[in-house]
Amino acid sequence: MMDGRIDTDSIAAVPTGLIPGPVQSRLEKISTAKSWGNWAGYVSPLVLDTVEFEYFAIRNQTTLFDVSPMHKYRITGPEAEAMLNRMVTRDIRKIKPGRVGYALWCDEEGMVIDDGTLFRFSETDFRLCCQESMHGWLLDAAWGFDVTIEDESHSIGGLSLQGPTSYSLLDAAGLSAVADMKPFDLREIEPGLWISRTGFTGDLGYELWTDWQQTGALWDRLWQQKQPWGLRAIGSHALDMVRIEAGFMAAKVDFQPVLTASRLGRGRSPLELGFDRLVDFTKGHFNGRRALLKQKESGPRHHLIKLEIGGFKPADGSLIYYRKKREVGHVTSAIWSPTAKRNIALAELKAPYGGEKINDLWAEVYVNEEGIWDKRLVPVTVVTDPFFRNDRARATPPRPF
Amino acid sequence: MGQHDRYDAIVAGAGHNGLTTACYLAKAGMKVLVVEKNDWIGGAAVSRSLHEGWTYSNCSYVCSLLRREIVRDLELPRFGLQVIPYEGGASFTRDGDYFAYHSDHDALRREIARHEPRDVDAYDRFSQTVIRQCRFIRPFLLRSAPDPTSFKVRDLQELLYLVKRAHGLGAKELAETLRFWTMSIGDFLDEHFENDLIKAHLAGSGIIGTGLGVYSPGTAYVLLHHYMGDVDGAIGAWGFARGGMGAISKALGDCFEEAGGKIVTGSGVDRFQVEGGKIIGVALENGDEYRAPIVASNMDVKRTFLEHTNARDLPEDFTRAVERFKIRGSSGKLNIALDALPEFPAAPKNASFLRGDLHCSTSLEELERAYDDWKEGQWSSNPYFDMLIPSQIDPTMAPPGKHMMTVFVQYAPYDLLADGKRSAENWTEERKKAFADCVFDKIEEACPDIRQRVVHAEIRTPKDIEREVGLTEGNIFQGELTFDQLLFNRPVPGYANYATPIDGMYLVGSSAHPGGGVMAAPGANAAREILRKLGKTTSKVATAA
Repeated sequence: MMDGRIDTDSIAAVPTGLIPGPVQSRLEKISTAKSWGNWAGYVSPLVLDTVEFEYFAIRNQTTLFDVSPMHKYRITGPEAEAMLNRMVTRDIRKIKPGRVGYALWCDEEGMVIDDGTLFRFSETDFRLCCQESMHGWLLDAAWGFDVTIEDESHSIGGLSLQGPTSYSLLDAAGLSAVADMKPFDLREIEPGLWISRTGFTGDLGYELWTDWQQTGALWDRLWQQKQPWGLRAIGSHALDMVRIEAGFMAAKVDFQPVLTASRLGRGRSPLELGFDRLVDFTKGHFNGRRALLKQKESGPRHHLIKLEIGGFKPADGSLIYYRKKREVGHVTSAIWSPTAKRNIALAELKAPYGGEKINDLWAEVYVNEEGIWDKRLVPVTVVTDPFFRNDRARATPPRPF
Repeated sequence: MGQHDRYDAIVAGAGHNGLTTACYLAKAGMKVLVVEKNDWIGGAAVSRSLHEGWTYSNCSYVCSLLRREIVRDLELPRFGLQVIPYEGGASFTRDGDYFAYHSDHDALRREIARHEPRDVDAYDRFSQTVIRQCRFIRPFLLRSAPDPTSFKVRDLQELLYLVKRAHGLGAKELAETLRFWTMSIGDFLDEHFENDLIKAHLAGSGIIGTGLGVYSPGTAYVLLHHYMGDVDGAIGAWGFARGGMGAISKALGDCFEEAGGKIVTGSGVDRFQVEGGKIIGVALENGDEYRAPIVASNMDVKRTFLEHTNARDLPEDFTRAVERFKIRGSSGKLNIALDALPEFPAAPKNASFLRGDLHCSTSLEELERAYDDWKEGQWSSNPYFDMLIPSQIDPTMAPPGKHMMTVFVQYAPYDLLADGKRSAENWTEERKKAFADCVFDKIEEACPDIRQRVVHAEIRTPKDIEREVGLTEGNIFQGELTFDQLLFNRPVPGYANYATPIDGMYLVGSSAHPGGGVMAAPGANAAREILRKLGKTTSKVATAA
């Protein structure tokens, strides 16, 4: 066309560009920011209204976020447990039916391919949710096992309801049967509606899983209870703030999934990401075991750690120095935490820094002050606990707010 | 008297500043006692349940000034403190319109243009001026004010810092700054804006808590005082403490007790005990006595020295200066439990600005007349109010679907005129009701169904605030924030460094620099001075970044 516009319907046999998720029509209606991102090929809101108020809704009231674009795989069959246990680093036999567990899986060099949550519906029925496309890897890993792998990415929808009043909202929506669910519990609350007490916020929250086609109706059902519990739909920017507060790492941000990095040496092991407790050398063989066992002896090359940064300016992308001179790493995620009132970050340091050596570390923070760059060297402190912690996240039965 | 009654330091009054001082001293390893006259802690930063199911922030009601350096030092979030910002606000007119102060900048510009196109860019210039002034003054909040007559190294250093900062402004800006610090908010707004409603909306911050009118010199600074806070670095932003303002005091109290401090409630200080010019302890109203070489008073300067200290322990000129200190009650408050959200017919159905601060004053002239009533010893017949419904955002304040409303009202005199006489005793129950009725009439201009929504209301006059919180004349700032009572003149010349004529006795409340608001800066600054005098390290006490 001469005027440069393209009719997107007639370019290819498949859709080009971003495609709508199950609740996009609803999001378009409420979006004032018109700020959209790409999540696995779907249109996903970065911000719907204001990052600030969306963030505070997560920590004060309750929020709704469509997680349907996430990759979801169903693993079923008599050897599903054995196959998954051969694939991931932790011992999943400890995840009982009706429970959810966080897991990482590696290549033969012990480098993390991805992390995700494993939902166990029954002895022989699992779902793996993760950021990266994993169909091929799962099919490979299933070789020789009596299991069926099904890609549910486009057939199962998910809504994440997070915040201190999230239980009250579920109660108002007729879903009070979740009341006795503990963190990481998973239950079919209504036929075709599974709810897990999980989330990426470190706060009270639930994830609701249903048929892709039913997701819109589920959204409406929750949305009708907007008042009095103060429900707000949010975008991923606000979510990113709370996950940093909770100390959760994000794929492609805080570590590079090894199968997606074209450059050598970008892979990281679970030990280097701080997940020693999720590597079980006693459970029998698993992918990457030998390499990880070796690294356990020789020690990790890097440390992904939590840092408290001096001053008030977020240290996004800052380089980390030892004794103000030697460059020893960099910040991978950073925000000023409006809830913890601390300047927080995740950072990757070259061993032994961040491991045995945690003193005399400094971050170089750049601040653009209306056209003038100010460079500040500020002290950093290594911390071990999550930056945000609140009893309400774990209380069972959950509190009303 | 047993050994257990001896402390390293005693803090008189568990207001947010007293508790802040106490926290810092306890964290520095001192054995600290806080005594409080009420059965609860918090002073004017309290959450109380006076009607079942509802929580009121009875006195102070919004939060912005609380210094984040202090919140961070004392790890208050770990003790449950969460500050939630609110969105915008509005001023309603009698003819069914409103000016909405949107937190979204584009929406705000459009809204200003709806009222007066010439004021759109004016607003941005106004903001620039205010933020520039805030940037200039903010570093002084967490520093002791220098005494210009002193030749002590520290005073000279601090003075040099002040001069350097002022010099950095350049001649033109310095002139602007001095003008800003002394002019009226009315004149300042008239210089910038055309529209009366917009001016009225912005003027509120210049008079809140102050016994001055919008055209009284010095009120521009009062606006600055309200703007220099922030929520997470957003200068001028205000928020709610989740669970009410008492959440701040509770977090401070828990921090203090974790650091080994002890709080005794239920009996106030009767006497500050002095021997040979030195403080030796306090005697409580219930007869209990406690000993300590350091005593910090969180009470205002008048209450501390004119009511609880023996005049013969003080130099006469000091006492005279304290007597002269201006501390006038000018505001009242209504805390209201509502059975549902009241209707605002003028506002769109889902207006987000209803979650902010709401007003019904439409011009500077109207505000000035409200002040005239106060000068005459009357409450304003057409009052200014700062009204919020925090339960729309904070789910902890009222039962689901019900609401809590806070209405800060100006002006209301302490010594009400009745039968030809001005006296606080004139605040009878009947007159309190009449005062509340007058406020409800005004609220009806914005929400006509307000009276039907009321389940319970607490009416607070300056007299009530004085009686309950102990603030002299019910002045919320522990003394007017006028230039004659700021910096090295606060509370009185020569005593701006938190010390007093009595050796070992300190003033840590808002009567001291930098003044009122739930800022905690006086408390932190005082703690730094005390620790310094004791030769202890002060590096753990917040200083301005």
